[in-house]
Amino acid sequence: MLKTFSIGGVHPPENKISAGSQIVVLPLPKQVSIPIAQHIGAPANAVVTKGDKVKVGQLIAQSNGFVSANIHSSVSGTVASIDPVMDSTGYKRPAITITVEGDEWDETIDRSTDLKEECNLTAEEIIAKVGQAGIVGMGGATFPSQVKLSVPKGKKAEVLIINGVECEPYLTSDHRVMLEKGHELMIGIQILKKALRVDTALIGIENNKPDAISHLSQVATKYSGIEVHALKVQYPQGGEKQLIKALINREVPSGALPIEVGAVVHNVGTAVAVYEAVQKSKPLFERVVTVTGKHLATPSNFLVRIGTPISEVIAAAGGVPENTGKIVNGGPMMGKALSSIDSPVTKGTSGLIAFPAEEAKRKVAQACVRCGKCVSVCPMGLEPYLLNRLSQKKMFERMEHEHVLDCIECGSCSFECPANLPLLDYIRLGKAEVGKIVRARKA
Amino acid sequence: MNKLLAVSPSPHVHSGESVNKLMFNVVLALLPALAVSIYYFGLGAFVVTAIAVVSCLAFEFLIQKYLLKVTPSISDGSALVTGLLLAFNLPSNLPWWIIVIGALVAIGIGKMSFGGLGNNPFNPALVGRVFLLISFPVQMTSWPLPIESRAHYMDALTGATPLALVKEGLKGGQTMSAISEHIPNNMQLLMGSMGGSLGEIAAIALLIGFAWLLFKKVITWHIPVSIFVTIFAFTGILWLIDPAHNADPFFHLLTGGVMLGAIFMATDYVTSPMNPKGMWIFGIGIGALTVIIRVWGAYPEGVSFAILIMNAFVPLINTLVKPKRFGEEVKKNG
Ligand code: SF4
Ligand code: SF4
Repeated sequence: MLKTFSIGGVHPPENKISAGSQIVVLPLPKQVSIPIAQHIGAPANAVVTKGDKVKVGQLIAQSNGFVSANIHSSVSGTVASIDPVMDSTGYKRPAITITVEGDEWDETIDRSTDLKEECNLTAEEIIAKVGQAGIVGMGGATFPSQVKLSVPKGKKAEVLIINGVECEPYLTSDHRVMLEKGHELMIGIQILKKALRVDTALIGIENNKPDAISHLSQVATKYSGIEVHALKVQYPQGGEKQLIKALINREVPSGALPIEVGAVVHNVGTAVAVYEAVQKSKPLFERVVTVTGKHLATPSNFLVRIGTPISEVIAAAGGVPENTGKIVNGGPMMGKALSSIDSPVTKGTSGLIAFPAEEAKRKVAQACVRCGKCVSVCPMGLEPYLLNRLSQKKMFERMEHEHVLDCIECGSCSFECPANLPLLDYIRLGKAEVGKIVRARKA
Repeated sequence: MNKLLAVSPSPHVHSGESVNKLMFNVVLALLPALAVSIYYFGLGAFVVTAIAVVSCLAFEFLIQKYLLKVTPSISDGSALVTGLLLAFNLPSNLPWWIIVIGALVAIGIGKMSFGGLGNNPFNPALVGRVFLLISFPVQMTSWPLPIESRAHYMDALTGATPLALVKEGLKGGQTMSAISEHIPNNMQLLMGSMGGSLGEIAAIALLIGFAWLLFKKVITWHIPVSIFVTIFAFTGILWLIDPAHNADPFFHLLTGGVMLGAIFMATDYVTSPMNPKGMWIFGIGIGALTVIIRVWGAYPEGVSFAILIMNAFVPLINTLVKPKRFGEEVKKNG
């Protein structure tokens, strides 16, 4: 029996159409718009002004607080404006727009493709470099990575967990990274282990990627203390708490972080970014983006500079298909629907999926038949039908009591509900209200 | 780009599961038992089922359209299931007008008076059945003989159910070994050759339906299995203590609607608990009450009453018994 997590879970159709497409470097766009808020935490402070000349990899906005991230230019050229631009969330937020001129990289970046194995930096130096490079969680969570590497006083990291699960249907960017950047990944993992002062790293990969599992298992033999684990396909296994449960059978308590059970989780893309930052002095300014959809001409995996308009990325995969009704940034279970494809690719853009019109609309909701399916699929052991009802009645205190803050917004409940109830919509609303109440109480 | 994109919150995909599909699978799961019933009770089984189904659908439609003035939802399949289950709980010679009253009570009082599907605390078909049992005790306890009554409806030859024979015999001072000469053996019971409600007799067919429901993930195993285990253990202990005055546990499992009740009536979504822990409590309650009613109560069989009583506790169970939350498990130092 393959390992997996124990409570709940669903298995949506995988639709990994682009799994066989090698990563292709997307041609440079004419212009990029780089939002100063593309991570969880405080927006960065712009340190360039209109008219400034910038190079690839140059710092253009500085981290603004403990939970924040540096932002670097992804192109060389001239700063055209620093104005609000519609980002992928549909809101206008400040972004640094740069007109591309040539492709001149910052001199400190090592552009060679040679592997650099040795790393003689101390843990503190590694963490500082990760912070300088503006690395955030690349699985889509976009939490600043150096924060996760800074283990709080009194806690001890025992194991590093590397998330190669990619449990969202359609997405294949992590899969391609594991296949094509296996060595970089391993060195990145060794560096992360050093920063965390742990001896063991476990890579969790779902069983629907046998090529990645065998490739990495083979590469891992050259490194000490890295184990590759095949996991049963089960959504949402890429959730930190679910992955920790699946790999080391520990449950992170309600409201606590993984470090509570001695674990730190990083995505495979993040580990590769750490390799590039620490060994090659290359900040995070490009990432692999899956562009896919059942009707897309050439579903692809592109290496894209941050700030590239989403429209150009989709154009490179054959353009938006005629009957498209919805475009999702991220996976179909947790991603966000885009109101416009003019918004830019950010550090958290793992994929872009074009859904045909007939799949874009939700089905009509019926009355809850109390079948309990939402309860049985909830990976956090919550009662979505109840939370949904309480949220509609605005009974927020009761919701808090029913652990709504544990909800990871995985969408399994809405996915499964035979009455087509938009359970997560209401749970999310209620969760936000409860969050406000809890914060007000603490203040 | 000038096309309008749909913007809705995640998730953007759905399992494709629907209430209709679930109800349709329940209907499919009931078909083997219906086939066995028509084999044993022939015309009567067919007529009673047809009348129950048609009247349940009609009442649902009429009440929703003219009384509640809402769009009728008979297409969701739940009234069809209620009609079938009501018929399964009736003798196959029941006069048509009593069936119609039963359907009216099931749909009108059991379901619609509480606000329709999803809001009714009691299983509608059982509400109809118990109402008829109390109002028309004679007609509701005359049971056509299997096979012999195949060509008849209301004029069928009748006899008693095995459970009633056992109850009467024990009351009259007989021992089990004397009684057992007059009742079918366990193999016959498994195949359904006995008097009884038209859908309750064929244990094997009902178990095939159970397998289908599990396979299609319509229900989970918890409620039926907890009922079976409880009844088997409880009656087994009584039988071990005094085999002369207690029927054996297999007999109890195979008679009096235990299979029908446990697999199809107690698992009704609306009126059963929402998580496995609650389901176990619910099932143990039904099993224990069934045995208590059968052994010490006035009625020879007790499943219907047991389910209705436990239905009443479901809101309480749902409030008090919570699913296993993630993070509850004590940290393992592995
Ligand atoms: S899955 Fe939908 S219909 Fe079933 S209990 Fe949950 S909310 Fe109700
Ligand atoms: S979205 Fe929240 S409530 Fe729904 S299944 Fe996921 S964790 Fe449970």
